[in-house]
Amino acid sequence: MSAQPARLSQNRLSQGGLIDRTQPITFSFDGKRYQGFAGDTLASALLANGVHHVARSFKYHRPRGFMGAGPEDPGALVRIGSDPATMVVNQRATEVELHEGLEAFPQNCWPSLRFDIGVVNDLMHRFLPAGFYYKTFMGPPGSWMFFEPFIRRAAGLGPAPSAPDPARYEHMNRHCEVLVIGSGPAGLAAARQAARSGARVILAEESAACGGRIFAEAEGDALIEGLAPRAWCTRVLEELADHPDVTLLTRTSASGYYAQNWLTLFENCTDHLPPSQAGNLPRHRLWRVRAQQVVLATGAIERPLVFNGNDRPGIMLASAARTWLHRYGVRPGENAVIFANNDDAWRSAFDLHDVGARIAAIIDTRPDPAPAHREAAQARGIPVRLGATIVATRGRRRIRSIDVAAFDAGGVTGKPERIACDLLCVSGGWSPNVALFSQSGGSLRHDEALASFVPDEARQEVVPVGACAGAFSLEEAVSGGREAGRAAAQAAGFVASATDPAAGETRDGAPPYRVAPAWELPSNRPKSRIRAFVDHQNDVTAKDLHLAVREGYGAVEHAKRYTTTGMGTDQGKTVGVNAIGVLSGVLDKPIGEIGVTTFRPPWKPISFGAVAGQHVGALFHPRRTTAMHDWHVANGAVFEIVGDWLRARVYRQPGEDFEAALQRECRAARNAIGVLDASTLGKIDIRGKDARVFLNRIYSNAWMKLEPGRCRYGLMTNEDGMVFDDGVTACLGDDHFHMTTTTGGAARVLAWLEEYHQTEWPDLEVFMTSVTEQWAVASICGPRAPELAADLFDDIDADPERFPFMSHASGHIDGVPARVFRVSFTGEISYEINVPASYGLWLWRTLMERGAPYGITPYGTEGMHLLRAEKGFIIVGQETDGTLTPVDLGMGWAVKKNADFIGKRSLTRSDTARDDRLQLVGLLTADPAFVIPEGSQIIASAREQSPRTPMIGHVTSSYFSPTLGRSIALALVAGGHGRMGERIHVARAGADPVPATITGTDFLAGLKDAS
Amino acid sequence: MFRIRCPYCGERDQIEFGYGGEAHIARPREPEAISDAQWADYVFMRTNTKGLFAERWVHSAGCRRWFNALRDTATDRFVATYVIGEAPPLPVTQGADDGAPVEEDAEAAADLAGGGRP
Repeated sequence: MSAQPARLSQNRLSQGGLIDRTQPITFSFDGKRYQGFAGDTLASALLANGVHHVARSFKYHRPRGFMGAGPEDPGALVRIGSDPATMVVNQRATEVELHEGLEAFPQNCWPSLRFDIGVVNDLMHRFLPAGFYYKTFMGPPGSWMFFEPFIRRAAGLGPAPSAPDPARYEHMNRHCEVLVIGSGPAGLAAARQAARSGARVILAEESAACGGRIFAEAEGDALIEGLAPRAWCTRVLEELADHPDVTLLTRTSASGYYAQNWLTLFENCTDHLPPSQAGNLPRHRLWRVRAQQVVLATGAIERPLVFNGNDRPGIMLASAARTWLHRYGVRPGENAVIFANNDDAWRSAFDLHDVGARIAAIIDTRPDPAPAHREAAQARGIPVRLGATIVATRGRRRIRSIDVAAFDAGGVTGKPERIACDLLCVSGGWSPNVALFSQSGGSLRHDEALASFVPDEARQEVVPVGACAGAFSLEEAVSGGREAGRAAAQAAGFVASATDPAAGETRDGAPPYRVAPAWELPSNRPKSRIRAFVDHQNDVTAKDLHLAVREGYGAVEHAKRYTTTGMGTDQGKTVGVNAIGVLSGVLDKPIGEIGVTTFRPPWKPISFGAVAGQHVGALFHPRRTTAMHDWHVANGAVFEIVGDWLRARVYRQPGEDFEAALQRECRAARNAIGVLDASTLGKIDIRGKDARVFLNRIYSNAWMKLEPGRCRYGLMTNEDGMVFDDGVTACLGDDHFHMTTTTGGAARVLAWLEEYHQTEWPDLEVFMTSVTEQWAVASICGPRAPELAADLFDDIDADPERFPFMSHASGHIDGVPARVFRVSFTGEISYEINVPASYGLWLWRTLMERGAPYGITPYGTEGMHLLRAEKGFIIVGQETDGTLTPVDLGMGWAVKKNADFIGKRSLTRSDTARDDRLQLVGLLTADPAFVIPEGSQIIASAREQSPRTPMIGHVTSSYFSPTLGRSIALALVAGGHGRMGERIHVARAGADPVPATITGTDFLAGLKDAS
Repeated sequence: MFRIRCPYCGERDQIEFGYGGEAHIARPREPEAISDAQWADYVFMRTNTKGLFAERWVHSAGCRRWFNALRDTATDRFVATYVIGEAPPLPVTQGADDGAPVEEDAEAAADLAGGGRP
């Protein structure tokens, strides 16, 4: 290094690690400014500054520090930033990379991290046992009401951002032959071997730098293929960089493993950069990868030990201590105790000792650690306690001392001895990180020697290697990785070799890993005082698991949910096996019989932005507009979304409110001419010699005798007899029909026709084509419509006498081809004019121009709804809800007797034929000015009865009718068809029921003759 | 997300397909001639198989054609896809689940129902 190193903070080593001491970075935490270096995480930089207490736990608000050094850390959750749009909460300080100006804050504490009111929960812990929520829900009525505000405030994680996220996110889709997850020695070896075959390889590394524990361990005597591990890592990365078909993704974690080797990878692109350097990159990417073969080199996760007082800041995993030392050049404490049940953790004592820390003791639950370790400890003058456990700890915001005592199966045997310390490195052994393997469907088995669960049978094309497979030595990791990479490439059709004759020796720098399980460690303290945490994020203690078993929730999946073990944002990465170990002790069953809980995506929290990708705002869902849309926009249209379409709901004139515009439009349609943009109606062109037979089977009514030139209204039902679409279909020729459907049902109906044609009646010669977009449709209606139509058509006789209701004609308007249907949805004389879509806007403008002398007025969908309700026509989806037959709707006339159709048999099922079913009727309120709110419930009596008044139906459509000068409503009433003239009541919230009379649905009947 | 081999177009992503439920349930030829229970069985009852399952898919964003697939519901592995009208290439255990209503005269019902379940 040529530049002058910056001043080092108290715990920073003068050399070593993946940090750049020439690039100091200033950041803040909890309002205080600190300095770190490029390459630091927030956690390593805070530790370098001696900050251990950074958070409060979820339930008891106990002080939390750094348990792990990576994604497994359960406790050190922070909020990054304070902008209401861009701040992010629940970030793991161990994964937040430092950048200039980074502002981090503690969360889940008030008024401050140091003095947190929520700590009363901790004092009350005896009253907040496992299952507290369930008991409170189940308890005396009102107790949840009482507790909820208190719980909601007290428990919880950070606050949600309050403004829209301005960041951009993206999805990437990739195919590859070999996907390698994890870039430790095993992953690097696998990726290199596969890459040498020429296969497309993606290597995903979760952190900022490849190498895995290569950079978290002292090199010592270790060798990989004859090289020091870090040199080997560099060489492999150089080789991978030379392969054009290798994609190396750092800061990328595999979040989900789904069917058929489809995985999602979550890449952080800019969170580690100051905003000014983010450039044009998206914030996060979600890679969606289809891999022929997957190699899982996801390593292992160290477990804490479960002993009384195991959750103070300054208590950390032994492996985390080595990560701080070797990867970040940080000495996490001056006076350390190591507490373990395995040989691996002893390395932390030696490595800390070798950088000048004092080791107050190594405590091992076993009587027989590796002899080499005992010698090494003796050589360094480190006191060793074997067959001992920690029975208590002290220190509120940082560990101050521990009490250690000998123990055996019966409990604590010796007199406790107090040892002062400022760092406690714990290790309960390593658990292979099987989350992704388990997500892939692979089974797990318990390995007695490793005291952990390891991958058993794979269900997809996936191979776990290295520590992920329970192979903890360097030699096994590298040889296993090489072989997996070769085999994966070969399985994908590439030729690869697993051996490199030039490669030298691979060996570990430490004795082989040995562990003796120690799940729940005893203490000499009174039982009620013992608090041994299993889940440090959700504050679940061993005692809670005991309680779960006592209360009948001993099965592992039950215990998990009852106590919330492993259900925090860390998904219990350090928790799972310990919880199972504790349960096995309580239930006195071998651990292998307890089983594991299910691993589910995502491996760790990912942003909603990444899930949504580009599909936000205008790209969330396609919006369809008609050819006339621009005119609607320019003329005051208020739009609503129907299906995927934007439809004009009403056209407001200056100074007019919605209701006034609606009434004006409807009066115009009844008294002069209204015009509706009906382009969105689904239109299906049906051809073929069997088209008529086909229609006859699809529609509930009869189609065999419909003559060319005529139209017919049809109802479609499902096989269960329930109406699902309706529309008018025109017979253009014996083998050619023009079907219309509801706007929202167009795609569904076409799919329905295709399904029945292809799967039930492939013998019928019939072809369906969607022509919805081919035609623009303007429907003119009203008493003066025939005059305008006569003006308009070049070659169609518009006279209603000769161009009668329910017929159609083809002709021209100013030379433009047009299909005109004499159908009506309003009860007025109507002409539904179809022209090629490119003439749609022209047609509309022409109608407005030539219709002006007749008083033409555009009306929107709201007017359409009102006009058809006056006439008693149904809208599928408004009057119907998938539980109504044609008979229920009063349309028994549309059910043919002489031939089968889809759903016919269901109409005579006992339930469908009941005469007390909900049936469609009209309602007239006693007070003609009162418009019933749509959705209102109908009751039989004037007063609501106690305890509950039976509901006999509900209102589906309700309007003030300008034509009748009073309110009208359509409703579904039990047995309604037999209750004409009966008085019912409409229930209202907080007001007396309103009386109304049951009538027929055609409110215009008797007023005048329609069409 | 599956990859599915459309018998007409080849392998495509699941996003192009629609699901159609259990396959080989023939529509009764004479619905009026069967009992309410038999009709209800056709309309409402489906097998909930763990293992090899014959099911219908439609290539809605492709050729729009329906076809059948054999999928292992436990592993989501597609064993085969085949065109409508063909028999499943491997035997399946559908229609034999205990939850289905017991029909008094299964043979006669199958006759009327145009074969019913295989």
